[in-house]
Amino acid sequence: MLRYVLGRIAQALLVLWAAYTVTFVVLYLLPSDPVALMLSANNVQLDSLTPDQIAAARARFGLDQPVHLQYLHLLLRALHGDLGTSLTAHIPVTQLLASRLPPTLLLSSVAVVLALVGGVALAFLAAYVQWRPAKLLLTRLPSLGVSLPTFWVGLLLIQVFAFTLHWVPATGNLGWRSIVLPAVTMAIPTSASLAQVLTRSLRDTLDEPYVTTARAKGLSRFQVQLRHASRNAALPVLTILGLLVGATVTGAITVETVFSRIGVGRLAAESVLAQDVPVVQGIVVVAALAFVLVNLVVDLLYPLIDPRVVHAPKVVRP
Amino acid sequence: MTLDVSPVSPVIRSVSPVLADPVPPRRTRSAAAPDADRSPRAQRARALLRRPGFVLALVFVVLVVVAALAPSLFTTYDPYATAPVARLTPPGAAHWFGTDELGRDLYTRVVFGSTLTISAALGAITIALVAGLSLGVVSGYFGGWLDAVLMRVVDVSLAIPGLLMALAVVTALGFGTLPVAVAVGVGIVPGFARTTRAEVLRVKTLPYIEAARASGATRSRILLRHVLPNAWGPVAVLAVLDFGVAILSVAALSFLGFGAAPPAAEWGTLIARGRDYLVTAPWVSLLPGLFVGLVVISLNHVARTLEEVR
Amino acid sequence: MSASGQPGRPSQQPVVEVRDLHVGYRRHRMLRPAVRGVDLRIEPGETVAVVGGSGSGKTTMAQAVLGLLPPTGVVTSGQVIIEGDDVTHARDRVLRRIRGSVVGLVPQDPTVGLNPTQRIGAQVAEAVRHRGVPERSVSAEVVEALSDAGLPDAAVRARQYPHELSGGLRQRVLIAIALAGHPRLIIADEPTSALDVTVQRRILDHLEGLVAERGIALLMITHDLGVAADRADRVVVLDEGRVVETGPSRQVLQHPSAPETRRLIDDAPSLTAPGPGDAGRDDGDQAPPLLRVEGISKSFALPRLTGGARSVRAVDGVSLVARRGQTLALVGESGSGKTTTLRVALGLEAPDAGRVVFDGEELTGRSWGALRSLRSRFQLVQQNPFSALDPRYTVAQCVTEPLVALRLANRAGRRTRAAELLEQVGLPASYLGRYPAELSGGQRQRIAIARALAAHPDLVFLDEPVSALDVSVQAQILRLLGELQANLGLTYLLVSHDLAVVAQLAHHIAVLKDGAVVEQGPAAQVLHAPREAYTRELLDAVPGRSHAATARDTVTAPQSVISP
Repeated sequence: MLRYVLGRIAQALLVLWAAYTVTFVVLYLLPSDPVALMLSANNVQLDSLTPDQIAAARARFGLDQPVHLQYLHLLLRALHGDLGTSLTAHIPVTQLLASRLPPTLLLSSVAVVLALVGGVALAFLAAYVQWRPAKLLLTRLPSLGVSLPTFWVGLLLIQVFAFTLHWVPATGNLGWRSIVLPAVTMAIPTSASLAQVLTRSLRDTLDEPYVTTARAKGLSRFQVQLRHASRNAALPVLTILGLLVGATVTGAITVETVFSRIGVGRLAAESVLAQDVPVVQGIVVVAALAFVLVNLVVDLLYPLIDPRVVHAPKVVRP
Repeated sequence: MTLDVSPVSPVIRSVSPVLADPVPPRRTRSAAAPDADRSPRAQRARALLRRPGFVLALVFVVLVVVAALAPSLFTTYDPYATAPVARLTPPGAAHWFGTDELGRDLYTRVVFGSTLTISAALGAITIALVAGLSLGVVSGYFGGWLDAVLMRVVDVSLAIPGLLMALAVVTALGFGTLPVAVAVGVGIVPGFARTTRAEVLRVKTLPYIEAARASGATRSRILLRHVLPNAWGPVAVLAVLDFGVAILSVAALSFLGFGAAPPAAEWGTLIARGRDYLVTAPWVSLLPGLFVGLVVISLNHVARTLEEVR
Repeated sequence: MSASGQPGRPSQQPVVEVRDLHVGYRRHRMLRPAVRGVDLRIEPGETVAVVGGSGSGKTTMAQAVLGLLPPTGVVTSGQVIIEGDDVTHARDRVLRRIRGSVVGLVPQDPTVGLNPTQRIGAQVAEAVRHRGVPERSVSAEVVEALSDAGLPDAAVRARQYPHELSGGLRQRVLIAIALAGHPRLIIADEPTSALDVTVQRRILDHLEGLVAERGIALLMITHDLGVAADRADRVVVLDEGRVVETGPSRQVLQHPSAPETRRLIDDAPSLTAPGPGDAGRDDGDQAPPLLRVEGISKSFALPRLTGGARSVRAVDGVSLVARRGQTLALVGESGSGKTTTLRVALGLEAPDAGRVVFDGEELTGRSWGALRSLRSRFQLVQQNPFSALDPRYTVAQCVTEPLVALRLANRAGRRTRAAELLEQVGLPASYLGRYPAELSGGQRQRIAIARALAAHPDLVFLDEPVSALDVSVQAQILRLLGELQANLGLTYLLVSHDLAVVAQLAHHIAVLKDGAVVEQGPAAQVLHAPREAYTRELLDAVPGRSHAATARDTVTAPQSVISP
């Protein structure tokens, strides 16, 4: 068991490092001229500078060194918690992130909770209800949730609930009422995905022979679905939990923009527009960290739910 | 040593959340009564055409793609012609979707916008197909250390959420339709590679593959003649589904401002522009968005029906 | 009038009575009948076997009794009466009281019949609690139920998960669950299919003992006439949803009146059917050897378990000889190494030690490419006809694949050969353009055999060639294989767990256990005068053997088949 835990932690670190490297490759190696990119963040055009000034700028951004040294330099600094300085705001990236992270975390948490509740309830109903028309409707409903653009749904909700019904404010960061619409908007695609996976999983589980054994014991359909099917059906959901969290994070980008909220998502959008490379890199790395952490927790929880994982031998042919 | 080294999770290998839409139980065909001269493909096509929802969705998608290729077939207005007099008129007989803040016919702008958005989405899917299929097939068929390395790379890509990766690529490459297409494509590759690999692995272990080996077939023959033809089914379904995902991602990126510069009429840009007029003229944002939603819903329905009828 | 669940209450009425039952399945607004007017009575304490091939409706009938028909199933007419109460269209609440406490179920497949994420004890406890036992006594009753079912170390096992138990132990857990409700009737669904023969025998003996001791009625659903013969008081034969014959088991099976019954009996491979070894062609030792397997060993690595073994020895020093024109059969239970031996001999796996020699040429250690020229001379027929053919290939393409892969014939040549092959396996030439999905299991297996013959091989490897087929179809395929061997002079290496199948084709038999050859010799000797105790155990465990012996000796006195 200890081996399993250590193994998973080691892999988590490996993935984190790899994510950092990929981000570096994309942001520093992909652009045709990194210097031009970084200068434009400060609204300085390359052609307006003399060669000396360009060289000085290169040195300042650390771009005069060979690529691998740049990489190691940045990596070492990152390991010490220094993610660079924002090219537009001129403050350390970590500081910037620290100030913007809490509101996004709050919004995401509410959204994830809503998504879990909604998705699970929908899937459970879809599996339990026997009347065909209702069952069909409940099963088809989630596909609507994943097909509609999130930002459009946000605008629609604003139009209906804020401008027409005046129940909640349209934008802003104050109070719990301003969280409702953004959280719901973010929760819809996630809960739809969750409902899809869970409904399918429940249906597959309810077809399994051990469900027949359970019913033959005299258990009711509800008891069987709750006690036997749910646990086994939850397994695939657990595995995509990391992806769901990732989806929620990216949802924050558009949602915070639509609802004009302060947060990391909107920071990401603004930084891309401003081509502020260090901030973009910082955000991607933090997002990867969140994903890796969630998956690590899932991996550690998994054996508790499915006892076959650590103990089960792979197929051995006699 | 057979240690499961996925950093994501032991069971995530074959779970593709995109394909997770629940499919009604497959009807088992009674194999005892032979059907006279009907290939499985012909039967399948017939079963598909018998469903009105599928046909409707397919026709709609085809029309949209045609509109992307030849927009002037569907409208006579000029998407760039401004007419300040007619600004912000509600939808009506003359202007099906109403007009925007510069008096341009919104329906026309949506039709012309399809060129940009659809071509970006198609570009993204092409990148994803080429890269993802190759990765998946090589990984699944040849296995061994190659598989381990490639899947490690894919797992890492999964650790970076698609949209964020797209943002990074757009930062590096600049704005416009082409960078957006590349960005979205790169984000879709991991899912493709995973699904392809899972299918190849599934088919690889089926008895008829072993029978082919015993019959004397070379490895390449088995790959080309047996594995690929039987494995491409779910991949094709995923391709259709991901086409919808690509459209949504492209729209999101252009909504955030990274797409083609105005007056180009990408769908996301249209919705973003209309935001300022949401109170007084909601149709400027909402109708293009509804259109996008309908396209993606149709694509999803097509994909789901293809998966059901197999 | 509800079932009280008290064991031992004297009862004159039948436990279950089925009257003129009609059950159908709803599909596309049509109703496909599965059970057509079945009558059945089960008196307290008696053992009834319902026998029939697949599609006969026996499983549907059992599901109807329990009220567990799938959503598409519907009882169109007739009655199901349990202990005097008509429960045909009763609500689930009523049925729930009956399930477990009046009628218990032992499901078919122990590998999937238990919830993999719940401990054994908890699953048995559910059945115990359903009876109304107070919470403090539940765990004691669980342990008692498990040990009654024959589970050693019941208290320890109760804390384990299903995957930590072997198939036989899991089956016993399922029996414990069924018995825990103290039912009046137990329905055992195909109780012999998923396990090794010796394990099956022990478990069935145990079950028989338990039901006899407690006065429980037993309803066995099976396709295996041997099981019915050995263990049932009465037999009901179903065919296409109708009862074709019913009566005391010995009478029905020795003097069947219905043609369907006769067909079932004829088709069940019995050990007394004449095998090639019996037929007097006794040049067993004179025929030249075609395939030699010398001292093969093969181990597989196990994944890291906490304190478990590092690897398992699948095959350990096995030596065999297959002679020209004759059949060498490898027999053994799961884990015996017979399949691995076949795969090594075929060249699909490389042995750790030993060599394989085919017609004087050594196969071991040579690359796949180097073997290509030889490959046309030995071919393979696999177990599962449903997945042994590429679904995208037409029949013609399937059978000519070896010719294409080995470049042995051009298009015209392939066409003629394809027609030839179909004729050899007894299929009409019109099938050439069809796809496997349109054919039945038996027809697909014929295609697989035709494919194996395409390149004019000398030796054909047969890996459980009939175990995935219906009993009636098995007989046809075995006959075909026998004819082909006689006409074409083929040599067979046959792997099977079913001794009755082996008896029909084998000239020589090698018995494997745990990777080693326990006994080998001419078929007649191994089957009728085995030297080793394990071989005898295997032979005794074949259901129906005692019945066959009875039929042969025409003894009329009742025989007790329950071994203590």
